[in-house]
Amino acid sequence: MTLTLEHFLTVSILLFAMGLVIALSKRNSIGILMGVELMLNAVNLVLITFARFGESTMSITGHAFVAFIITVAAAEAAVALALVISVYRTRGTIEVDRLKLLRF
Amino acid sequence: MSGFGITVAFWILAALTLASAGGVMASRNLIHAVLFLIVAFLGVSGFFILLSADFLAMAQIIIYVGAISVLILFAIVLTPRAERDNSETSMVLPALLLGTTLAAVLLFVLYDANWNVTNVEPGLSAEVLGSALLSVWVLPFELASVLLTAALVGALMIVRRQEDEEGDSAS
Repeated sequence: MTLTLEHFLTVSILLFAMGLVIALSKRNSIGILMGVELMLNAVNLVLITFARFGESTMSITGHAFVAFIITVAAAEAAVALALVISVYRTRGTIEVDRLKLLRF
Repeated sequence: MSGFGITVAFWILAALTLASAGGVMASRNLIHAVLFLIVAFLGVSGFFILLSADFLAMAQIIIYVGAISVLILFAIVLTPRAERDNSETSMVLPALLLGTTLAAVLLFVLYDANWNVTNVEPGLSAEVLGSALLSVWVLPFELASVLLTAALVGALMIVRRQEDEEGDSAS
């Protein structure tokens, strides 16, 4: 049996959909962040798959893009968790349903 | 890409990654969800190795498994009286519907399109990636370092307590 582009892309599509459901439905803001990280991982997998199977002489572009995405994801996670801790200090909760100061 | 070992490794990794992503979704305890998330990250790095992206697989393990998961665990530990449960809001059914629809549409596009694929190994290595990062993408590379510094300083400023600043100005 030969592994093709479709195998890897199917896995990453399913991973992305699961990350989307987690990010949209979790009550805890740290849970939402976990969903976002899963979605970023799925996108990285798509880029690496096309770098391996795509017909191009510039396949290393996909790898470089993934390196930058990992960098930005690390920065995003650090800032987001700092925000979570800051919100916890002022409001005493990190559940998104109860953070409704701007909603009336 | 064929061969018995590679095929078996692919199916094991696919089952592991998708099952632990489902574990993140299903587990009620936030700590268990983080542990499932670590397994999912490891599965994705296994896919990177299968696709011969060796450097990025190592970067994935070091940054995601080593740094981001520890950061999430620290955030959980630093919010001690917050709720530990990982339950869903009332939006779970629309979210499930949207996720299934998105997956169905993307899978339809994937199996319907006529991809221009080749099965020749592109011969990418860490050496090629390093020289590309320092020649073609040298400006984004430097901008990434500026971004990391800004994120570090910004995160420190955000979590700083108000009393600390007053203490600093008094002294």
